[in-house]
Amino acid sequence: MPQSRYLIASAIVILLLALLPLSGSRYAIDLTTEVLIYALFALSLNVLIGFTGNISFGHAAYFAIGGYGCAILLTTYNWPLAASLPAAVVLAGLVAAVVGYFCVRLTQIYFAMLTLAFAMLVWGVAFKWKEVTGGDDGFTGIKMPELLTSPVAYFYFTLAMVTVGVAALWVICHSAFGLTLVAVRENSVRAGFIGIDTRRMRWAAFTVAGAFGGLAGALFGMYHRGMYIENAFWTESANVLIMVLLGGIYSFIGPIIGAAVLHLLQTFTNQYTPYWPTVLGLILLVIVMVLPDGLIGLVSRVRARWGRA
Amino acid sequence: MTLTMFTLNAFYGLALAMNMFIIASGLNLIFGVLRVINFAHGMFYMFGAYIVFTVTKSWGAPFFVGVLASALALGVIALVIERLLLKHLYGREHLMQLLFTFAIVLLMSDAAKMIWGTDQYSVGYPPGLGGAVSLGFVVLPQYQLFLCIVGPLIAVALWFVVDRTRWGRVVRAATQDREMLAALGVNVPMVYAAVFTAGSALAGIGGALAAPRVALVPGMDATIINECFIIVIIGGLGNLWGSFLGALAFGFVVQFGTVWAPNWQDVLPYVLMLVVLIIRPWGLLGRPEVG
Repeated sequence: MPQSRYLIASAIVILLLALLPLSGSRYAIDLTTEVLIYALFALSLNVLIGFTGNISFGHAAYFAIGGYGCAILLTTYNWPLAASLPAAVVLAGLVAAVVGYFCVRLTQIYFAMLTLAFAMLVWGVAFKWKEVTGGDDGFTGIKMPELLTSPVAYFYFTLAMVTVGVAALWVICHSAFGLTLVAVRENSVRAGFIGIDTRRMRWAAFTVAGAFGGLAGALFGMYHRGMYIENAFWTESANVLIMVLLGGIYSFIGPIIGAAVLHLLQTFTNQYTPYWPTVLGLILLVIVMVLPDGLIGLVSRVRARWGRA
Repeated sequence: MTLTMFTLNAFYGLALAMNMFIIASGLNLIFGVLRVINFAHGMFYMFGAYIVFTVTKSWGAPFFVGVLASALALGVIALVIERLLLKHLYGREHLMQLLFTFAIVLLMSDAAKMIWGTDQYSVGYPPGLGGAVSLGFVVLPQYQLFLCIVGPLIAVALWFVVDRTRWGRVVRAATQDREMLAALGVNVPMVYAAVFTAGSALAGIGGALAAPRVALVPGMDATIINECFIIVIIGGLGNLWGSFLGALAFGFVVQFGTVWAPNWQDVLPYVLMLVVLIIRPWGLLGRPEVG
């Protein structure tokens, strides 16, 4: 396993990203910030999908909890960022742990539906608890630390946070814990035979996914200076699910690629036509009909075809 | 709450439940046989409602001709989708099939925008069903009464076809063991195509019958598909009477929720599903999944 090669490649990518503000393009900086946030969001979901084989239909819930949590702590309670961001992540993780406790008792479609139900509950709370969340007007006017108010500064902050998040997820996914999850995904009965508490493993994965989804949500809320109930709606959960599948669920970087491709494609399509749903629908048809293992799968198939490993 | 108000609310809840049952029963049938969670079902419902609007308003045809047209149109659309695309996906994971139906949702939502625009439409009550019936202490609207009769009729008809006819026996066998059924000489792909068509036609009928009750707007599909999922999941996936029960629970929770907790009516059905799934993970009448 040429791990050093991956390390060098990631270092180069991060360095190139860090040089991006030199271009001076506000548009490029904003777009990249968004892509980074979605990449982390998609990656967090893949801990659940790719590593345990459980499809969550309500991942937007943790994104929203992280986002609202951080926003409310910063603004309503005047907490410093250094306290509110970790608190928001912990909050998302805690809620995920509670929800996960019930969800991991089920599998497949029932699992997906229960995650959806919980997520809609979160959406309902964001919608109706007006005094705290701002209801359907959204929670706006987030108080940001002076240091991070400029787009470039926030870009670097996001880059740093996403790098830390991705690195943490890489370590988690490649640890003994991550390998155990793969064993559970591949054959949960046999995994049980060798003494793995499969339900507990899936529960842990659910919690990890929720916490990192919360981090992505917190970054998103601060970037937009506001959180809106649409961020908790099930369409958002579907969107991130598509990112993950587009990239490919069986590779670590797949979801990152998927998030980048989908978000850029959406941004560019919206400039030319109001028919983004048609484009997305066609993309999905292509994934389903010919690219079931996503873009990463396509790349490795092409490489195999041309005789390179 | 007076007896009159209670009866009226219970009645509206029942009418809502029956309308929802007609739609959800199609979703349930398709899942039961094909094991496909059809996200496009809500879109089929929306098309059903819009088609009734076009047929009655633009062409001036009677309401029930519109209902028939919706059923036929959705049946044909579903058949084309199934024969051209979906049939290639039966062997694949649930996730791929689910994404496929989601793609259909996206494509059809833009198609609906192109055909009907984004205006809000309404369909009037059919003549003869626009009045009300007095029971002495309460006055019930005829159209809702009509729904309360059609719903159970469709339930019994579905039960009869699936449980009591030869064709239904083939369908039930297809849910049990596809390969064995094929080995016995049954054309299984045709069974699948027929079930998908019939289930989608039910969505069309449900949408057509809902048209006088609701506002026709883009996005009406998204709410309905979630509500249908709730109903089918509460009752137990693939179980006809489960869906009936689920629809009843849904109808009453929504109707009485509107009265007693008007702020939370959108969330209450999800709470209902949550409670049911935590107590009975496989739905009220469902059986634990195997494997």
